[in-house]
Amino acid sequence: MNKILLKILLLMLIASLFSGCIQPDAKDTPAGTLSLSTTTSTCDTDLLDVLNARFEEENNVKVLTLCQGTGKAIATGEMGAADVVLVHAPSSELEAVERGSFIDRQFVMYNYFVIIGPVSDPANVTHAASATDAFTRIADAQVPFISRGDNSGTHTKELGLWNETNITPQGAWYQSVGKGMGDTIITADIKQGYTLSDRGTYLAMKDKIELEVLFEKDKEFLYNPYHVMAVNPEKFPDVNYEMTLKYIEYLTSSEGQDLIQDYGMEEYGQALFIPANNTDEAV
Amino acid sequence: MLQSACCREGGKNVVLLEITGLGKTFGGKQVLRDISLDVEKGEIFAMMGPSGTGKTTLLRILNLLERADAGHIKLDGMVINGGQNNNRIAARQRISMVFQSSALFNDTVYNNVAYGLKVRGMDKHTIKSKVDQCLALVGLIGYENRKAKTLSGGEEQRIAFARAVVFEPDLLLLDEPTANLDPSNVVKIEEIIRTINRELNTTIIIATHHMNQVRRLADRVGMLLDGELIETGRVEDVFVKAADERTRAFIVGEMVY
Amino acid sequence: MSSAEFIIQGIITAIELIAGMDPYILSIAGVSLKVSGTATFIASLTAIPLSFIISHREFWGKQKLLTLINTGMGLPSVFVGLFVFIMLVPAGPLGFLKLIFTPKAMIIAQYILVTPIITSISLAAINAVPIAIRENAYSLGGSHRDVAVVVLKEAKFGIVTSVLAGFGRAIAEVGAILIVGGNIAYTGSVGGIGEGLSYTRTLTTAITSETSSGDISVAIALGLILITINLSVNAAVSMLQGRGEERGTA
Repeated sequence: MNKILLKILLLMLIASLFSGCIQPDAKDTPAGTLSLSTTTSTCDTDLLDVLNARFEEENNVKVLTLCQGTGKAIATGEMGAADVVLVHAPSSELEAVERGSFIDRQFVMYNYFVIIGPVSDPANVTHAASATDAFTRIADAQVPFISRGDNSGTHTKELGLWNETNITPQGAWYQSVGKGMGDTIITADIKQGYTLSDRGTYLAMKDKIELEVLFEKDKEFLYNPYHVMAVNPEKFPDVNYEMTLKYIEYLTSSEGQDLIQDYGMEEYGQALFIPANNTDEAV
Repeated sequence: MLQSACCREGGKNVVLLEITGLGKTFGGKQVLRDISLDVEKGEIFAMMGPSGTGKTTLLRILNLLERADAGHIKLDGMVINGGQNNNRIAARQRISMVFQSSALFNDTVYNNVAYGLKVRGMDKHTIKSKVDQCLALVGLIGYENRKAKTLSGGEEQRIAFARAVVFEPDLLLLDEPTANLDPSNVVKIEEIIRTINRELNTTIIIATHHMNQVRRLADRVGMLLDGELIETGRVEDVFVKAADERTRAFIVGEMVY
Repeated sequence: MSSAEFIIQGIITAIELIAGMDPYILSIAGVSLKVSGTATFIASLTAIPLSFIISHREFWGKQKLLTLINTGMGLPSVFVGLFVFIMLVPAGPLGFLKLIFTPKAMIIAQYILVTPIITSISLAAINAVPIAIRENAYSLGGSHRDVAVVVLKEAKFGIVTSVLAGFGRAIAEVGAILIVGGNIAYTGSVGGIGEGLSYTRTLTTAITSETSSGDISVAIALGLILITINLSVNAAVSMLQGRGEERGTA
C-alpha cells in the first residue's frame, strides 16, 4: 500500500512537471496582455471583473490584475512592472506624475469613505459633526481603531484625517495591520473596533461581518476619487502603452462609465462607485 | 596446491605482472619501499605479513585505486600506472579485486554478478550465460533474484567472488578474503579460489596473514614487513627454510606485532 | 451564526466546491503543482549532480559552497521573494527578461529556495554510501559515470526523499511567490461568482487573498487540497526514511 502511495505521489510530481513543461510558453505570456496594478478596494468588489471582461472581449487582450494597496500599486508602476494603474490617493498620484513616472492621468470614478464600527458604537461617532470630530471621539474613547497601515489610498486618507484632528494616534487602541481593506475590515469585525473603509469594499463584505456604517455625512473630508494613469513609456519602453491608452479611453467612455454606474445596483441596491462622467473632479 | 603447481610445470614461466621499485608515502610515512616483484601467468602468489604492513596498500595500487609515488607496474609488458586515463581503464578492466568486506550493491544477486559485464557493454544473452556459469562456480545457483542484503556473510563473499571473476580478469587481487568468515566458509572460499585458478587459469595475488592459508593455496609467497618485501620464494622452500630470519619468526609465530 | 455553525458551513461548502470540480479552485491547484513541480524538477537537476560532485571531488571553495548551501536551507522565503523581485522588475538588472509577475518568476524564486534543501539532503544520502561500494564499482571496471550511477542507485531512497522534501517546501511556500507572482487570476466571467482562472495564483497565495476578502469557504477548500498534498508528501518522506533505516541496520 505504501508503494502505491509513493507511486501516486511520484506520478503527481511527474505529471505536474509535464504540465509545467508543455504549457508555460503558451500560457506565460498570453497573446496580448495588459498588466493593471490597482488597489484592494477595486479588487475586493467585483467591479474590475465586470469592466475588464468587456474590455478583453472587445480588444482581444488579457488583463492581468495585481491587487495591491495604492502605495504599492504606484511603486509597482514606477518600477515598470505594470502597464497601467488605477488608484485612489490623489496626493501620491500627483507626486508620481511630477516625477515623470506616469502620464495621461484621468479621473474615473469616486465614492465616499465611511467610518464603520460596532453597532453599540461605544465612541458615539453617530452623533459626530464631522469626520474629524468622529476621529476625535474614537481617540477620546480609546476604543480599538484598526488602521490599514499599508500606505494605501485609504491609509493615506486616514492619516490625513488624523492630521486634521491634531491627534497623534498611538496607544493600545490604535492597531496597524499592514494589510488590504478586506483583511482590515475582518480584523476590525473580530476586535469590535472602528475603521475607515471605502464604501465599495464595505458593501461587498457587508454580509460577512457585523460592523455597520456609523458615519458618512462629511462629503468634503470623506471624498474618495479614483484615477487611472499610464506608466510613462519613455521610462519603460517595454510597457504596452498602446493598449493602456485604449484602456484609459474605455474606462472614461460612456460604455465604461455606464458599467460603473450600474455595478452593485442588483446585488446591493445601490451603486458602489459613482462614475466621473467626464466632469472635473471636485477636489 | 600440488595440482595447480603441476599444471604450469614444464611450460615456460611467462611473467604477467612486473613491479619495479614501487614506493608509496602516506602523510610523511613510507608505507611501501622499493617493491620489486614478478608474478607469473597462472600462479597464485601469496603476500603475507603482519597487519598494517602495507599489503592492502600494495593491492590497492595494483588495482589502480591509488597511485604510487615511485616505480612502475607492467601488465603484459605495458606500464599501467600513471599516464593517460584511457590506458588506465583498459588496464583496470583486466584486473579485478575482492575486498575484505564484500560490499555488494543493494540489488539482486544477478545484477551484482552481471555488473562487470554490463559496464563492458556485453549483450544480455552473453551476460546471462556468464552469470549462470559463475553462480555455478560459487555454488549459488538459484540465488539470482535474491536481494544481496538478505544473504549470509559467507554467501555474500561468494557472490563477491562471482562478481569479481565473471568478466574473466587476467589478474585477481584478494585482500584478506576470508578475514570475517567462520571456518566452514573459509573452506568453501578457498575451494572457490582454487577452482577459479584452475578452471579460468586466473593469476591470483592474495594478501593474508594466515600461514595455513598460504600453505593451502599459494605457489609462491612473499614476506612484506614494514613496507619492504624482504623475501620471495616457492612456498615449500620458504616454509621449510626461510632465507630471512624475520620470515622464519613470522612463520613459526614468534613475531610479536 | 454560532462559531461551530460557521466552521461547519465553511467546510461543507468547501467540500462541495472540490467535489464539483470548481474550475477556479482546480486552476489554482494546477498552477501550484505546475510551479512547484517545475521548480523542484529543475532544482533536482542542479542539486543531485551538485551533491554528487561535492561528495566525490575536492575543489577550491568547497567549504564556502557548503556554508552557502547550509545558509540557503534556512533562507526566509520573503527574502528570496524580495531578491528575485528586485532582480526581475523592469527597473532591475534582469528586467529585460520580462518575467516579473509570471509563473516563471515564481519558478525562479522557488528554485532558489528548494535547491539548497535538495542538495543538502541528497548529499547526506550520497555520503552515507560506503566508500567500499564506490571502489568495488570502480574495481569491477566501471567508468566514472558507471560508478556515479551505482552510488546514485545506492542512495536512491535518500535522493527521492530530498526531492519530495523540496517539493513539500515549495508547495507550502507563500512569501516569495506572492511577491514575484502577484497572485494574479484572469478576469472572471461577467455576473459569475468570484474570479476567473488562475494565472499566478497558487493554493497558498489564494488562501491569503480569499481570507482577506472574506471568502472563507473557498479558502478552506484550497486549504484542504494543500494539506492533502502536503500530508501525502510527508507520509512518503517518513516512509522512505523508514526504509533507509531498515537498510542501514540490515
